[in-house]
Amino acid sequence: MSKTILEVKNLKQYFPIKTGLFETTPLKAVDDVSFTIGEGETLGLVGESGCGKTTVGRSIIHLYKPTGGQIFYDGEEITSANIEHHRKDMQMVFQDPYSSLNPRMTVGDIIGEPLDIHKLYSGKAERKEKIEYLLDLVGLSSEHATRYAHEFSGGQRQRIGIARALAVDPKFIVCDEPVSALDVSIQAQIINTFEDLQNKLGIAYLFIAHDLLIVQHMSRRIAVMYLGKLVELAGADELCEHPIHPYSVSLMSAVPVPDPKSARARHRIVLEGDVPSPLKMPSGCAFRTRCRFASEKCVEAMPPLTDRGGGHFVACWNK
Amino acid sequence: MSDTLLQVKDLQTAFFTDAGVVRAVNGISFGLEKGKVLGIVGESGSGKSVTAYSILRILVDPGKVVGGEVFFKNEDVLKYSKRKIRSLRGRKISIIFQDPMTSLNPVYTIGNQLMETIMLHTDRNRSEARARAIEMLTLVGVNDPEKRVKQYPHELSGGMRQRAMIAMALACEPDILIADEPTTALDVTIQAQILELMQDLQKKMGMAIIIITHDLGVIADMCDEIIVMYAGRVCERGTADEIFYNPKHEYTKGLMRSIPKLGQGHIRLQPIGGSPVDLLNMPKGCAFASRCDRAMKICLSEQPEEISVNENHCAACWMNVKQVYDEAAKGGGAK
Repeated sequence: MSKTILEVKNLKQYFPIKTGLFETTPLKAVDDVSFTIGEGETLGLVGESGCGKTTVGRSIIHLYKPTGGQIFYDGEEITSANIEHHRKDMQMVFQDPYSSLNPRMTVGDIIGEPLDIHKLYSGKAERKEKIEYLLDLVGLSSEHATRYAHEFSGGQRQRIGIARALAVDPKFIVCDEPVSALDVSIQAQIINTFEDLQNKLGIAYLFIAHDLLIVQHMSRRIAVMYLGKLVELAGADELCEHPIHPYSVSLMSAVPVPDPKSARARHRIVLEGDVPSPLKMPSGCAFRTRCRFASEKCVEAMPPLTDRGGGHFVACWNK
Repeated sequence: MSDTLLQVKDLQTAFFTDAGVVRAVNGISFGLEKGKVLGIVGESGSGKSVTAYSILRILVDPGKVVGGEVFFKNEDVLKYSKRKIRSLRGRKISIIFQDPMTSLNPVYTIGNQLMETIMLHTDRNRSEARARAIEMLTLVGVNDPEKRVKQYPHELSGGMRQRAMIAMALACEPDILIADEPTTALDVTIQAQILELMQDLQKKMGMAIIIITHDLGVIADMCDEIIVMYAGRVCERGTADEIFYNPKHEYTKGLMRSIPKLGQGHIRLQPIGGSPVDLLNMPKGCAFASRCDRAMKICLSEQPEEISVNENHCAACWMNVKQVYDEAAKGGGAK
């Protein structure tokens, strides 16, 4: 295993929600989540909307102040410390390539801004050179630097967003649903761009998405979240072929496979009901209200994440 | 065929915008038989939703159907009077939209909206309509339907709202249900619930379904037949197996190569290069030519005709025409 670049230990992120005139209830968006990411590795993070996967990504790069737990970058604790000197090492690519680019700035300035902030050039010529290099890196041409974001298609905009993240030469990028706003034929272009960059520059990714097929394709390991908690963490192929947690099992069986024959042969495990409100979390295991195997023990306590061999972690009492 | 419910012939729809005329649908033809599930797949802007809206005549300005015919049970829907088309919508052909939050009225209760549809199209009175509304909600798996009819859309979760939409669409037992991206806004596990529900209801009620989506997984799961659209035209059509295992149009082949498949190990994806076509500046020849690796001279200058690959499969690609010629030439040479 390569050197650990990022470690998240018992991360908690609560948001106070007003539930009455003087009353607030904590919304436990992320509750006790731990994982590590190795150098140049991709960790996939999947789960349904509202399960806290985006919050995990945002807490790591300090867009939120974590309520509890610790985050280590390269062995140094950064949870409450000022991380300005690490901003350069950790970047983010956002889901929506339309709202995450300033419409009043040229592409050159969008990509150049991080260079300006971190003073990564010695003169105008070097700045221009760096911007051209970055555009080339993500598959755009240097003429694009003088244009505005609205002149580009969705896929090209996402490339601009990636170039901006790469400008400061980061070691780790949080990719928050980077392809879900794009057309099918364009998604593959962006996925390949991410892979090429990783091979070339050795960047580690936290790849957040709800499309399991894409996450499996991108990641070495996958973590599954449900209602703010990690329920399973395993190697990508291991998780897809032998999921253990009942939630992961039904998630895998619910993925629509683009293959009519296996779609006909397969048995979908359809979950009953909806995800409970995170304000009214069930006691014990969060998944027990929709679980076929729920027993009394599940009502009493949240199962811990335990190793089932070969780095396959599962949080379930009954499986 | 006698079982053909809907026959669309050379449908053309254009949007007359300030920037110019956008030909969103450019000569689409297809038939839909009773009890079949037809999938229309394509990327955004390929004209799949506009096709559905044209059939029901719910296009908004500046969109207009500029040519073609839409036969529902041998009557041309496009020639219907405004009054008559109203009796078709919701009664004979229903539609469910992608986003259940914006397609339900926020100031009326679920029950109210369901009852409105039922009372408009049938001669049931208020209490009968209410009973029918509860019956429909039960059918689509909404828990506690007596309580739900009194609730407003914002009180329901996304999956529940989509169920309510489906209940509304099916309340008058239509012959055709058009589902426009029915599960795109939903999570995977909820998507599985809704797809399962639609399959169940289709078996029970025997209606035909048109599913419009960009998700090839949903298509593979649900459809008997598939139409692949690109830039307002049909580029390929056929049974699900033919399209997935024997694609003949370069665009379809590209789509199949560009999606990751479960459990095939790590194979590098092969994306389709370039960007989707600009509908304001449509090329003269095949719209896909600029992104196609195997484009020939003729692709740039002339629109390919649809030719049949076999009885279950048609494709509009010059490569297939070339293949036919090549084979004929080879055959001729051997003689």
